[in-house]
Amino acid sequence: MLYFIEQCLNGVQLGMLLFLLAAGLTLIFGIMDLVNLAHGSLYMIGAYFAATFAALTGSFVAGAVLALLATLVVGIAVEVIAMRRLYGRDHLDHVLGTFGLILFFNELVRLIWGPAGMTLPLPSQMLTAVEVLPGVYYPLYRLVIILSTLIVALLLYLLVMRTRIGMLIRAGASNREMVAALGINIKLLFTLVFGLGAVLAGFAGMMQAPILTVQIGMGENILIVAFVVIIIGGIGSIRGAFVAAIIVGFIDTVGRAFLPDLLRMFLSNNAASSAGPALSSMLIYMLMAAILVVRPEGLFSASSR
Amino acid sequence: MKARFRPRDVVVAVVLAGMALLPLHAVLTGNSFLMSLCTRIIILAMAAVSLNLIMGFGGMVSFGHAAYLGIGGYVVGILAKEGVDSGFLQWPLALAASALFALAVGALSLRTRGVYFIMITLAFTQMLYYVAIGLDRYGGDDGMTIYRRSQFGGLLDLSNRTAFFYLCLVLLLLTSCLIWRIVNSRFGMVIRGARSNERRMRAIGYPTYRYKLVCFVIAGTVCGLAGVLLANHTDFINPAMMHWTRSGDLIVMAVLGGMGTVLGPVLGALALLVLEEVLSGITEYWQIIIGPIFLLVVLFARGGIDGLLGRIRA
Repeated sequence: MLYFIEQCLNGVQLGMLLFLLAAGLTLIFGIMDLVNLAHGSLYMIGAYFAATFAALTGSFVAGAVLALLATLVVGIAVEVIAMRRLYGRDHLDHVLGTFGLILFFNELVRLIWGPAGMTLPLPSQMLTAVEVLPGVYYPLYRLVIILSTLIVALLLYLLVMRTRIGMLIRAGASNREMVAALGINIKLLFTLVFGLGAVLAGFAGMMQAPILTVQIGMGENILIVAFVVIIIGGIGSIRGAFVAAIIVGFIDTVGRAFLPDLLRMFLSNNAASSAGPALSSMLIYMLMAAILVVRPEGLFSASSR
Repeated sequence: MKARFRPRDVVVAVVLAGMALLPLHAVLTGNSFLMSLCTRIIILAMAAVSLNLIMGFGGMVSFGHAAYLGIGGYVVGILAKEGVDSGFLQWPLALAASALFALAVGALSLRTRGVYFIMITLAFTQMLYYVAIGLDRYGGDDGMTIYRRSQFGGLLDLSNRTAFFYLCLVLLLLTSCLIWRIVNSRFGMVIRGARSNERRMRAIGYPTYRYKLVCFVIAGTVCGLAGVLLANHTDFINPAMMHWTRSGDLIVMAVLGGMGTVLGPVLGALALLVLEEVLSGITEYWQIIIGPIFLLVVLFARGGIDGLLGRIRA
């Protein structure tokens, strides 16, 4: 039972992380109609920056702040140099162009930081565990991830729903030409939204860095899961991304933890331990397939944003 | 339109004739590296040609086409490991498995369109990739060596490099011919019509979903054949056969060669693999060069090599 609660919390934590990525992707897609495969590269770069700056400054927090700023700069540079030219093109062009960017960034990171991964050590006061329920201890840092992501999600909600920029973002998502015709600097708005997405991705990478090794290609695997989240949640819907991210994170984590044991009840020990890992990694994709059968547009289609 | 010789046809003919003479070069110089590289190019060209059927003519941008390379390869590898090495069994089973997977994925993903389709095909291939990693008996993450290539009785010896090379070349020509016939048939017209205006095609009374699904399955099956050949060529299977970057490479080949032409992807495959070979000879960090090249192709050379050749004529 204790193990189950711990795994549930891990699931929520993964879901939160996926939300950060999916929110940026879905914002960028909703407003610029741009498929950005290179979003995972920004996640990776955020993690590398965090590890580097934390080592340089000797402070986790200072490293984190610097990493976010640096990721923002990289994101804006990518938008100005490359992405801006892709708006209004075919989705296939976006896929190809950003595929090229992924190769470029992966190789650039290998050139600068070398092929070996990095680690981002946590400050010592973060290494403790907290008693979340009587008798249930959970690592403090993972709780920090969950809480800080919830705060970011709340800020994002306030930004999009309650501010003038958010109003422009929503307006841009529903009718780009009209917003431009009303005299809004749509180019600047696009750059801002892309920068916002980059910061969200960088934040996700930075928060995850102490738990995993910081390594090349870390962005792509999680990016594809973020795609699954968006498909389930409905493209363009931040609310959908939030709900779907928690569902996917939960099912993936809990499935990996318990499916092999569950199979052992029905199958021989040997068959279960070989089928278990394969089957549990299929779970979220089967969920996606099932949702597609019922609702091809995802749980929350963009119109109900 | 059909009768006229276009610059592309001349280039493709020259390339294919040059390739057909390669074994001679290998015998004369005693160096079979070039032939091995070309076998690989031919096999991946077949995969790119099949992708182009759905992407270039049908407008279905699949970012998961490498899945069929993997399925074809894994069926051959798994059967070989279990002691079944007859090609007469392996090959039809591999094609059937590819067709079945394409049917399942197509049936689900064709319910959606546009960017959903791209992401869903990518996601299903990623699922297969993880399944292959989970197959501990068949090498898991590391992959596994195939000790005996597909056996065709006394008919054909795939271990003979020259014979295998010609087999691949002939199969590429046959599949391209098949796809050319499909594209120019009534069926192909429906697919192309659905690409430019699906609603109108449906209004005329064509069940476009079924047409597209059949097209998707054909493309998957042809790519499965390429996977069978790839496994036999490398004598090795691993999950990386269906890594998402492989799917991306296939898209690049189709676009680089020129979409919407049957043989364009052959030129694309040739260009990409030769470029990779040359760049990786120059620097270890060759991807830092090839990435921006993809971006430049997207921005400035939209029609691919075929478009450039067309400009020469004009």
